Amino acid sequence: MQQWFAENPFEGLKDVIAAYSSLSLFYDPVRVKMHYPTSARVFDFVRSRLEEAWQKTSGVFPGVHTETLRIPVCYDDSFGQDLSFIAETNHLTKEEIIRLHTSDEYYVYMIGFLPGFAYMAEVNDKLVIPRKPIPVQVAPGSVGIAGSQTGIYPMSCPGGWQIVGRTPVSLFNPAAAVPAVLKPGDRVRFYEISREEFEMSSEERL
Amino acid sequence: MAISIIKPGLLDTIQDLGRSGYGNWGVNPGGMMDTYAGSVANMLVGNCATEAVLEIHFPGPQILFEQNALIAITGADFSPMLNDEPVGRWQPVVVRKNTVLQFPRQEWGARCYLSIHGGFDIAKWLGGYATSLKIGAGGFKGRSLQKGDELTTKENTIYFAGWLKEEKNMRGLPWRISAENVYRLPNEIFFLKGHEWEKLTGPSRYSFEENNFIIHPSSDRMGYRLRGAALELIEKTELVSSAVCFGTLQLLPGSELVLLMADHQTTGGYPRIGHVVSAHLPKLAQLRPSDCIQFHMVDQETAEGLVFSRQQELNVVRRSCLDHLKDMVCPK
Repeated sequence: MQQWFAENPFEGLKDVIAAYSSLSLFYDPVRVKMHYPTSARVFDFVRSRLEEAWQKTSGVFPGVHTETLRIPVCYDDSFGQDLSFIAETNHLTKEEIIRLHTSDEYYVYMIGFLPGFAYMAEVNDKLVIPRKPIPVQVAPGSVGIAGSQTGIYPMSCPGGWQIVGRTPVSLFNPAAAVPAVLKPGDRVRFYEISREEFEMSSEERL
Repeated sequence: MAISIIKPGLLDTIQDLGRSGYGNWGVNPGGMMDTYAGSVANMLVGNCATEAVLEIHFPGPQILFEQNALIAITGADFSPMLNDEPVGRWQPVVVRKNTVLQFPRQEWGARCYLSIHGGFDIAKWLGGYATSLKIGAGGFKGRSLQKGDELTTKENTIYFAGWLKEEKNMRGLPWRISAENVYRLPNEIFFLKGHEWEKLTGPSRYSFEENNFIIHPSSDRMGYRLRGAALELIEKTELVSSAVCFGTLQLLPGSELVLLMADHQTTGGYPRIGHVVSAHLPKLAQLRPSDCIQFHMVDQETAEGLVFSRQQELNVVRRSCLDHLKDMVCPK
């Protein structure tokens, strides 16, 4: 549906945001009314467009271009502050956590919360862990797990996800033409790197 | 350069009407908290509505004008003074080079806006001038202004230096915009019911409109934290994240209410019980910690009607400002 709106925008449409199970349209009612005069509410006009998008895209998957990316993660203790918490709670060894985290391919459901923050799912059942009741400051590149989701914090901020490691890759680069590296529909697979490899890699571009 | 910062204020940032279209990268529109005041500030000096302005919080900065300038100060009343003389607000003012603007007292409101004829000369990021503090991009180097920062303006299209009288440091041009309409009944805020409104218990829905909420001191450009009647959901729900916007009311665990403001995150996973109507966002932006809010539900039609009449007002303001400026430039 998002793709349909990209191809069939209407005057006054400002943004179309895809989330887990919703699509939100942001619009300027003044511009919409100016271009599509109607005595009905602007809201009804926009809703009718949404319904049209829904009908025209039902059962059709237009094949939006997505990618599968491999992202390096260093699971060193100093980067994965919550590895021991997960190990204890889920009765796993640190090695098992790394093996489980790196053996699945994750689907990017949406980008939100922070610029470039990708909500990815689902992690192996054995890794499912609740988020922290109180967020703590996390370093940029921190890789975390919350519930059955995994994600990467693109910048330093308070975070409630359980941190298992850190990636040297920048997920959001303001200077780039397309600043966010991941987009909904992409697939991600993590692979382990050593502390030395982490220190050595300068900004990697995927 | 046009202005330089002698002493920075609490939070002075370059803002515009926001950058739309980047929500899918997690980049929210941002921009002015009070779009009415910011837009009028631009109109008063003959700028396009899309030009950058300086959004100023209290305590405000001390600003040196390195050149003569045509400026306007709108929004909150921080008692602007130019070299010890009070400066008229909501009107265009020509100021002389080498004078200093400061804001000694907070009389009313939370944010004021400084525009300059020609517009601040700022590099665009993702199509706009607004500062994204979280990302550290956009606006002036992605941050608030600091001591020694210098800002330039783009080219002037009006020659106004001749309007200054000898030995006077400034001249307020003889027209002013009355913004009374926009900020009257400042604590009464209209909202539309949100997606999760029906998930509130009956008594909570009643409570929400009957009681006042107080703005907590930890409120800022990202959101206002509100304290008031405890609100309960019929049943505890775990929601998946979805888009939110400027004005969305989220109910957090522990019955905490957050009113998302200009620098809100693009998505949230908390119940959205309501959305403040667009037309009331400017007066909401001028409320301060310890101010109270009384919410009042309206329907979509009313909300749209308010936006349209606000736009009519702005069109009249713009037309009238341009006409007055033109008359000054070529008097009949």
